[in-house]
Amino acid sequence: MNLHEYQAKEILRAHGVHIPPGRVATTPDEAEAIAREYGTAVMVKAQVHAGGRGKAGGVKFCKTPADAKEKASAILGMSIKGLTVEQVLVTVAADIGTEAYVGIIVDRATKKPVFMVSAAGGIDIEEVAATTPEKILYVPVDVRYGLPTYDAMRMGFFLYPDVKLARGAAKIMQQLYAAFMASGCSLAEINPLVVTPQGELVAVDGKMVIDDNELDRRPEIAALRDERSEEPSEVDARNANLTFIKLDGNVGCVVNGAGLAMATMDLVKYYGGEPANFLDIGGSSNPEKVVNALRIITADPNVKAILFNIFGGITRTDDVANGIVTATKANPLKVPIVIRLTGTNEEIAMKILQENGFTASSDMDTAVQQAVALAQGGK
Amino acid sequence: MSVFIDKHTKLVIQGITGRDGSFHAKQMMEYGTQVVAGVTPGKGGQRFEGTVPIFNTVMDAVQATGANTSVIYVPPPFAADAIMEAAAAGVSLVVCITEGVPVLDMTKVYPFVKERGVRLIGPNCPGLITPGESKVGIIPGRICTPGPVGVVSRSGTLTYEVVYQLTRAGIGQTTCVGIGGDPINGTNFIDCLAAFEKDPQTKAIAMMGEIGGTDEQEAAEYVKQHMTKPVVGFIAGQTAPPGRRMGHAGAIISGSSGTAAEKLEAFAAAGMGIAKRPIDFVELIKARL
Repeated sequence: MNLHEYQAKEILRAHGVHIPPGRVATTPDEAEAIAREYGTAVMVKAQVHAGGRGKAGGVKFCKTPADAKEKASAILGMSIKGLTVEQVLVTVAADIGTEAYVGIIVDRATKKPVFMVSAAGGIDIEEVAATTPEKILYVPVDVRYGLPTYDAMRMGFFLYPDVKLARGAAKIMQQLYAAFMASGCSLAEINPLVVTPQGELVAVDGKMVIDDNELDRRPEIAALRDERSEEPSEVDARNANLTFIKLDGNVGCVVNGAGLAMATMDLVKYYGGEPANFLDIGGSSNPEKVVNALRIITADPNVKAILFNIFGGITRTDDVANGIVTATKANPLKVPIVIRLTGTNEEIAMKILQENGFTASSDMDTAVQQAVALAQGGK
Repeated sequence: MSVFIDKHTKLVIQGITGRDGSFHAKQMMEYGTQVVAGVTPGKGGQRFEGTVPIFNTVMDAVQATGANTSVIYVPPPFAADAIMEAAAAGVSLVVCITEGVPVLDMTKVYPFVKERGVRLIGPNCPGLITPGESKVGIIPGRICTPGPVGVVSRSGTLTYEVVYQLTRAGIGQTTCVGIGGDPINGTNFIDCLAAFEKDPQTKAIAMMGEIGGTDEQEAAEYVKQHMTKPVVGFIAGQTAPPGRRMGHAGAIISGSSGTAAEKLEAFAAAGMGIAKRPIDFVELIKARL
């Protein structure tokens, strides 16, 4: 789960990181009022889950409250990478001397949280890693001991030769690490970490990504989810305990298991079609899940054919068949459906489907080819 | 022969009285796995299905029964502790089926099991099966048959699909291992490739990877440097959009890294066979046996 910049900053501030004051506005008038209250130049920043906000015109410097109102009015409602801006952060503009990058990710290779720091801040760290990898220092952390001061100082000196700044940066590393662990992050970053002309260290932008598996035990973090910033069908699916990702094609896919779901999408593409979604109904076989899956998929007007691909291991294929029958009785389908079932209780499932006027095959390639042809208006 | 488990495997099941644990305990017993003990705190002294003794702790179970392998079906908040408990109790192999274990928990668990020389498979995996001898986990027994192919995969149902196709074509398996779909897991592709290379019965390997991370690329390099046996690979997620978690916590393209294209390139550079579709494994493996 992605947090908004303002949410990440609130968490970092609570851990002691120095961050310029800021508040969220949803209307131009609110933005003006906040800017007036601060009585200084502000930044107005779009709060959407997308990179490249600045390039898209979603981040503006404003000298006066009237200016903040005007810029907020332009940014609110604008679309950045397909996401509508519903709120802006109005925050005191910092004087920028130098900019550094400080981030932590869970690294799959070392199986540890790893710090990445670079004096080349303010830009995309992936770009720095690709073009000038020597400008990044990587420091893995053994979570059993936490971030030792000597490692934090090593990173501080990598960024700043001055011992006072190095110490200040080391303290921020430890605060960032504490926030990362306390919030169940898979990524946390401060970019840029700014040294002002007065020699102060200030976090000007912050980002946090939370491991979805942490949300059950961290209700206060789960409550930060902003459903307005997500695809409505994906919110619907999550509430129905389905894993669903909307795509642009016209073959709606219902599959059990993430790997098989991906392989099914790939096979649709292999046979010349385009998948409309990723959808994993999971391992347990509950007819209700099938009903919800069909409802979500048929709500997408792009879907011209529906493909079921079920390999029954733990999932009982007769439960899936019952789900298909129940769902289509309640809401008759307007698009053709192709069903592939094999595995646990396959014979019972086939019988249920036949009695209700459906045909099904047990071969994945045949079913995918049929679904692609139907979506393209073939027979 | 086989890798990791065989007919001598003595299994303790953590969470044996839970919904998933009890269902799969019966399936494993029916398959012929030696299930010697179960663990559910507070139910020590009882018996599962009237036969398998239940203990309060894994330590008790190991001391009383000599169990050498554990399989875990406990809910995600308790899974990390269950893995450490098993490793501390002295089993040599721990298989964690549980899906949804927080990745920061795994950053603690991984060094714990490594330092004790214990092999962990998973979490978020279907387990493993040595057809005809032993099954530890949830892979359906009837889709497998004994034979010369080693199977290793990050996925569950996709593995079943490929194994089923192989079995239907008359190609059996030495051992099928599901290493799991999480970003941090105990056993990676290279561990399995090395085990299959050493196993005299394994003549060829089918490997199913997916988007996210660099495990497949490193495995390809390993194949090039160290493997004498043929390996056929597949990558799921060629049509996956970047930045989105495709069901498995580990199946995510981060920025421009972890794409299917980059993994398939690594396979090609290592001289591996490449299955474009799951069904292609049948002909590619047949040609290499």
